Amino acid sequence: MNGFPWLTLIVFLPWAGAALLALLPKLDVRAGRVLALVFSLSTLVVGLALLPSFKHAAAGYAFTEDHAWIAALQVNYHLGLDGLSLVLVLLTGLVAPGALLASWRETRDPRFFHILFLLLQGSALGVFLALNFFLWFIFWELSLVPAFFLIKLWGGAGASRAAYQFIIYTMAGSACMLLGFAAIFAVTGTLDLARLATLAADGTLAAKLAVLGGFWPKAVFLGVFLGLAVKVPLFPFHTWLPAAYAEAPVGVSMFLTGVMSKMGVYGFFRILWPLFPGPLQAASGVLLWLALGGVVLGAFAALRQTDLKRMVAYSSINHVSYCLLALFAVTAATGGVGADGGAAAALSGAVLQMFNHGISAAALFFCIGVLESRSGGRRGRDEFGGVRSAAPVFAGLCGLAMFSSLGLPGLNGFIGEFLIFRGVFALAPWAAAAGCLGLLVTAIFLLTFYQRVFHGPRAGAAAVEFRDLSGRELAVLVPATALMLLLGVLPQILIGLYNPLISFWTAHLP
Amino acid sequence: MSLLPWTIYLSFGGAVLALGAGARSAAAARWIALLTAAAGWGLVLVAAVGFAPAAGLQTVADGAWIPSLGVRYHLAADGISLTLLTLTGLAATAGVLFSWNVEERTGEFFAFYLTLIGGVYGVFLSADALLFFVFYEIAIVPKYFLIANWGSTNREYGAMKLVLYSFAGSALVLAGLLWAYVAAGSHSFDLPDLAAAAMHFSGSEQVKMFALVFLGFAVLAGLFPFHTWAPTGHVAAPTAASMLLAGVVMKLGAYGCLRVALPLFPAGLAFWQPVIAWLAVAGIVYGGLVALVQDDFKFVIGYSSVSHMGFVLLGLAAANARALSGAVLQMFSHGVIAGLLFAVVGRMVYDRMHTRRLDELHARPLYRLLPFAAGTFVFAGLASMGMPGFSGFPAELTILIGVWQTSPAWAAVAALGVLVAAAFTVRVMQLAFFGRGGEGTAPPSSTSLPPITLAEKLGAVLLLGATVVIGLKPDLLLNWITPALQSPFFEAVLKGGGQ
Repeated sequence: MNGFPWLTLIVFLPWAGAALLALLPKLDVRAGRVLALVFSLSTLVVGLALLPSFKHAAAGYAFTEDHAWIAALQVNYHLGLDGLSLVLVLLTGLVAPGALLASWRETRDPRFFHILFLLLQGSALGVFLALNFFLWFIFWELSLVPAFFLIKLWGGAGASRAAYQFIIYTMAGSACMLLGFAAIFAVTGTLDLARLATLAADGTLAAKLAVLGGFWPKAVFLGVFLGLAVKVPLFPFHTWLPAAYAEAPVGVSMFLTGVMSKMGVYGFFRILWPLFPGPLQAASGVLLWLALGGVVLGAFAALRQTDLKRMVAYSSINHVSYCLLALFAVTAATGGVGADGGAAAALSGAVLQMFNHGISAAALFFCIGVLESRSGGRRGRDEFGGVRSAAPVFAGLCGLAMFSSLGLPGLNGFIGEFLIFRGVFALAPWAAAAGCLGLLVTAIFLLTFYQRVFHGPRAGAAAVEFRDLSGRELAVLVPATALMLLLGVLPQILIGLYNPLISFWTAHLP
Repeated sequence: MSLLPWTIYLSFGGAVLALGAGARSAAAARWIALLTAAAGWGLVLVAAVGFAPAAGLQTVADGAWIPSLGVRYHLAADGISLTLLTLTGLAATAGVLFSWNVEERTGEFFAFYLTLIGGVYGVFLSADALLFFVFYEIAIVPKYFLIANWGSTNREYGAMKLVLYSFAGSALVLAGLLWAYVAAGSHSFDLPDLAAAAMHFSGSEQVKMFALVFLGFAVLAGLFPFHTWAPTGHVAAPTAASMLLAGVVMKLGAYGCLRVALPLFPAGLAFWQPVIAWLAVAGIVYGGLVALVQDDFKFVIGYSSVSHMGFVLLGLAAANARALSGAVLQMFSHGVIAGLLFAVVGRMVYDRMHTRRLDELHARPLYRLLPFAAGTFVFAGLASMGMPGFSGFPAELTILIGVWQTSPAWAAVAALGVLVAAAFTVRVMQLAFFGRGGEGTAPPSSTSLPPITLAEKLGAVLLLGATVVIGLKPDLLLNWITPALQSPFFEAVLKGGGQ
């Protein structure tokens, strides 16, 4: 099974679908949609097909592909899949088809929409699998382009501005990161992330960077950090996010929050932490505060929104910040944290939270899309009422997604957040205590959302008529909520995939 | 390899033929120009296939010319020349395709055009300083006529400014070269000979000679603050001339710096290095910021060239093997991308919309009216902002890596230029092509724009293909460039400049 380029297949199948659509301009709209969906589903299919041969017990890369590519820069076409990548590939495989189904009725140039969407999906997968910075950065940057056009051309009234802000913020981060890696190559002569991690582990990388002298070694760390922090986004680099998520068409919002925000978090785990253990530890005190800022202020900002999309956008900042809170709590701790299990719980929770948030936030955006589609585009928290009596199935499934998002025990969100808090309490009790405020506020705004929209007498956009879910909508929400229940009861099926990696990480803590 | 001199003769011959044929039939002149340009490019590619990358120049033609002065007709090539010859052939061919609609005095237009191309081939092949200079001047003169006769906005002003700057630069170069020639004992203008003799020049002599020669060439490469000819010249020029001006002629200046100023006067470089580097960095950032606020589409591209050439000059200033190879790669990359951008602005958009004002373009949804132009510009714009997967990325990355080795501060400020480039490219893309001019409200004339011609599509595909191929496989060029930089010719530069 290892001889076959499975990883290349995962990355390039969506792109092949995009190419096919581009080459078939005369294709019927319906056929085009189905074609796009099939290629989008390919990720999940190949990802699941790899599961049986995925070595559950090993921490390293279960699948790798490594071919010489650019001799002058010692760049290899290097892909690798370990537990972390696998979780995110599966997440992409789940979110992307759902997002396509959410924008199923897109009437403005649907072919071009699907081409861009498949390009975006392939780029995200490339980010999760590439192990050479050059290759990784191609995917990282290329993902911006389809995202930019998807927001700009299919978004709401303020989409142009939101898309511009989105791309400029992210490019600013990328420019800093590129500068950092130029320095890394200048001193080490390699861009291979796995090799650099080895160099960093024994201190060689830090020693080589120190040659630059003065403030510059810190600047290199800062550059790479900024590139990732903008993408996540980590507070206070988040200001592009609410507009971008709110203006994007529903399917794109789902992908942005479900998958693209994970690209940044993934970068923290795959690049920043392994390459800069020392500087990250030194900065962790401050970074913990930033992550806490995202957790608490994100939740409070969401509380103040009446536009539901903006509310979920801010809540995404809050939820993604938990992942980083866990990471920074681990890196901030000095010595002996691996033993008591705090670090293992925090890291395990962080990875699980990436997956959980991807599913539940995407589901929430989908539900808002359902509301929009039945009310002529309205999505104000106070513009609906009594939807539950008109559409009980929708109310039930949306409620499940919401409870998953606010961390109700029995649903998946709880396990991830519980593990994070369990770990962070052991490592940095004050941060965990302050973070609880975020949990509380999240419950308040999500319940307010539920109450205003679904309860009470029929009102607003739902006063006269509100259809319950169609077959297509059920096809998205039923599997998503089923997965939330399943992982809430049996989180082990996902944790098992990456647990060896967590053990490996905690064994190598200082 | 011995085919390479024929690129020069072929271009000059084609110029004469086009002039003759143009009197009777414009179509004949066009086809002659296209065949000449394509044949020249073909010659370069055939030579490239048989090229064995090696350190040092490989002579392709050598003969006495003015023996009393020690001037020889010495043509030679290495991987650096070959890279730029490839660029010239490509840009020349694409330029003809984008000039297919020149109706006014077509024969003369292409005669000047091919003379320019011949001069450029000559510069990239010359291994004798005086011969180099002669070809350099041959390339400048046709520019004037192309702009003054076939140009647009402010064409007399633009043409005159360009020529005055170019000649002022040439005068400095000539003065510096003569000084070096006399100081070396007046035996030979041959570049390797001069370089060998120059090793014995005193440091202070080198500092002055370098200043003359480098500055003279750098004017044509758009070194800040001597860049002001570039935007006005680019804007005034007809499309094909803008493409060549930004794509190839600015490279002549950079190539002169690399081939003549650096190897001859390494001590001069060591002295002036910080000044040049900071001017280059200033050009990168300033050019980008000015591009960010232009309201004329073509000026945006004109200033972006200043910004991108700043990366070339920064690479030259950093003067280590990595930075220099990045600079040559960036010369190629920018040549292709700038050509493409000017083609979209000047040919695809301006010739149809008859305006370049961004606010007027924004009033119509151009991406619906001219989807091919919009698509081409999006790809060219991505390449121009250094998006990975296109040639600008490996070039700028290589330069940044090299510059880090010399001075982190230059690299840090230059990286700001990458961001500014993204900002102005996305801005102009939005304004020019993605206007929200409502679908129903567009004036009826907008629905009847002439469609994009086959020649334009072909030209765009050639240039886009080149930037993608080099973006994904920069080795194709770096495998030529890197060995060339290991020649003894560059040894002193790398030792003196690179620290």
